[in-house]
Amino acid sequence: MSDLESFRAETAAWLEANCPPEMRQPAVDESDICWGGKNPTFKPGQKEWMDKMAAKGWTVPDWPTEYGGGGLSRAETKILLQEMGRLKIRSPLSSFGIWMLGPALLHFGTEEQKLHFLPPIARGEVRWCQGYSEPGSGSDLASLQTSAEDKGDHYLINGQKIWTSYADKADWIFCLTRTDKSSKHKGISFMLFDMTNKGVETKPIVLISGQSAFCETFFADVEVPKSYGDGVSSVVGEVNRGWDVAKYLLGHERSMISGDGSSGATSLGSKFADQYGRDEMGRLDDPMLRAQMADMDIDVLAFRAMAERFGDTFKANLCHPAQPNMMKYAGTEINKRRHELIMSAGGSEVLEWESDASNGGLTARGWLRTKANSIEGGTSEVMLNVVSKQILQLPNA
Amino acid sequence: MPLYLNDDQKMLQDSAADFMKGEGNVAHFREFRDKNCKDGFSHALWKQFAEMGFTGILVSEDEGGLGLGHVEAGVVLEEVGRNLTPSPFLTTAVAGVEALNAGGKALREKYLPGILSGDSVLALAIDEGPKHRPDQIAMAATREGNGFKLDGKKQFVVQGGSADTLIVAARTSGSAGEDKGLTLFAVDTSSNGLARDSVRLVDSAVAAHVAFEGVVVDADAVIGEVDEGGAVLQRMLNAGRAGSAAETLGVGAGAMDITVEYIKGRKQFDTIIGSFQALQHRTAHLYSEMEIARATVLKAQQMLDERSSKAEMMVSVAKAKAGKATALSVREGVQMHGGVGMTDEYDIGLYMKRDRALSEFMGDANYHTNLVAQMHGY
Repeated sequence: MSDLESFRAETAAWLEANCPPEMRQPAVDESDICWGGKNPTFKPGQKEWMDKMAAKGWTVPDWPTEYGGGGLSRAETKILLQEMGRLKIRSPLSSFGIWMLGPALLHFGTEEQKLHFLPPIARGEVRWCQGYSEPGSGSDLASLQTSAEDKGDHYLINGQKIWTSYADKADWIFCLTRTDKSSKHKGISFMLFDMTNKGVETKPIVLISGQSAFCETFFADVEVPKSYGDGVSSVVGEVNRGWDVAKYLLGHERSMISGDGSSGATSLGSKFADQYGRDEMGRLDDPMLRAQMADMDIDVLAFRAMAERFGDTFKANLCHPAQPNMMKYAGTEINKRRHELIMSAGGSEVLEWESDASNGGLTARGWLRTKANSIEGGTSEVMLNVVSKQILQLPNA
Repeated sequence: MPLYLNDDQKMLQDSAADFMKGEGNVAHFREFRDKNCKDGFSHALWKQFAEMGFTGILVSEDEGGLGLGHVEAGVVLEEVGRNLTPSPFLTTAVAGVEALNAGGKALREKYLPGILSGDSVLALAIDEGPKHRPDQIAMAATREGNGFKLDGKKQFVVQGGSADTLIVAARTSGSAGEDKGLTLFAVDTSSNGLARDSVRLVDSAVAAHVAFEGVVVDADAVIGEVDEGGAVLQRMLNAGRAGSAAETLGVGAGAMDITVEYIKGRKQFDTIIGSFQALQHRTAHLYSEMEIARATVLKAQQMLDERSSKAEMMVSVAKAKAGKATALSVREGVQMHGGVGMTDEYDIGLYMKRDRALSEFMGDANYHTNLVAQMHGY
């Protein structure tokens, strides 16, 4: 048996032996996602699973072990995720710390910052949120105005962020601030600070889904120390060069959002055929819906191959640096179409907004949520602009 | 296995690209089209395919080939597609060889030397109607003496006019729609009772209508087992479909490259038209579709090479996705070229015609989308 084959066998055996049964049920709604943090709400099995996986470094399997990771290679990480998928095991921990701040620190952080901030993320002890967009700075993010004034040993932050995901539940924020008003792109800094600081206020935004995953976040004379002691700076990368970090992270965010939302999910058609009824040949008996479901199966399976190829080429430094923009565009557009189809298949029953039968309008709320996919983290139109300019090298107007 | 080409495969890609661009380019295609060549391809070029080793890609090393796989066959086919290279490579060295690989050693000893040397051409006699419906094959093969007698008609037999051998799918028992009862035969085109009527297609390739009237073949013409040809046919179709998906991908990529270059140069309103967002967004969307198709085709090829039980599903996904992405590429290509896109002088229209013909080969996107639904049990 090769090393990878034995790794697969050992991993499968460990997962089978250690994963609590609750974590092998499909996630139904938001409360089934484990976010960790200082004020966590755990459902049965969640904490046990998070702690067990964190002890092996497998909440962040491909991070180096000294920062709380598993130190796994790309091939091993793939195997771990494949085995978790095969055994229908849920992710032990979700967080913006893992998806976004972690990669930024691993790339731009000092050794002191990595040792200070990364292990608590890996263990699910600190929940982070991302302060990027502002009311006047959406697609044109670099026009952001939230100011950080240099006051010697600290910065004084004033301004407002918007679309801050789960800011009301987060412990810390990684935040883009303006440290120099004279330069648009070279006057931004990437700062880390505590959301319990005096002057930080959050206000959830009610969305068309009726849910409030996003907040407005206000900063009024918030004092952020320049150092958290032991040489741990509150700024990642150089002061005024935070746009480099932000751009790098947008790449990560775009690849992350690009998931088509169907990983491990079975084909929509086979799921709905039982519900709809079948003709004498066993086919879903609405031929137009069947055709659309089959088209969706093709696109989902094709995009899954694309995601695998993107991951492989990204790790091997073989993909175009602007490729995450293409992934984000393609993945989010598929996911939106997929949810339109789910609504269409559900008919009048999934219109129910509050009933127990509809699980509180879960399907409809999920459908509405996907409309943000092609807006957040860069709109589809911005993605297409970037692809046409940077990859296809088409000229500026 | 990572989902990109390894170093050896990249080297093969480089040499296939150089070869097609140099010897089998669009000018070569036009030359053979314009002289109304009856076979539609150059036999001298076919010999060069053999000298390059391409015809032995799917032949085992023991039998004189390179012992490589579907990924490598696809690497060559993508360059064939990109350059519109006319050749019998797909039917002979990919689908044909894979059918022989599913049969017995005696047949391989008979046919492989000619394929490896570039002297032989194989064509596939499967379709009996205007659309690819292999499950509806009705052509009869009845036992006679030591062998079989073939009666019926086949169409869209690509390279059928120039082929010395046909791989023929016929019924030895059962009736159309049944799994069991199919048998595959290797039939010499010089057989008595076999008549070929070659027709030129929209893409200038040549295909034949083939009529079988009491064509007698020996029992040793059977590929695999009598009545069990379904599995042989499936293996041949998998290879042919993955291969044609790769060629289609090359057609789409070639058309996209030509179009992007064109809109970078063409000026209207004193402006390069490629700077207009209306074209930029459509081109970027096309790029995205082509990238996804590329990943899908490579995944299907890798799964075939790994002999994965799910390969058949992925082959259908690849044929459908590559077909749709390339159809978009050639249509957008002609539109973005404007008036000159309608002229014979510009190449983009040739790509559109090639895509049209390739899409029908071994099932179009609709056919494979339906198959994927069936494989998913709905």
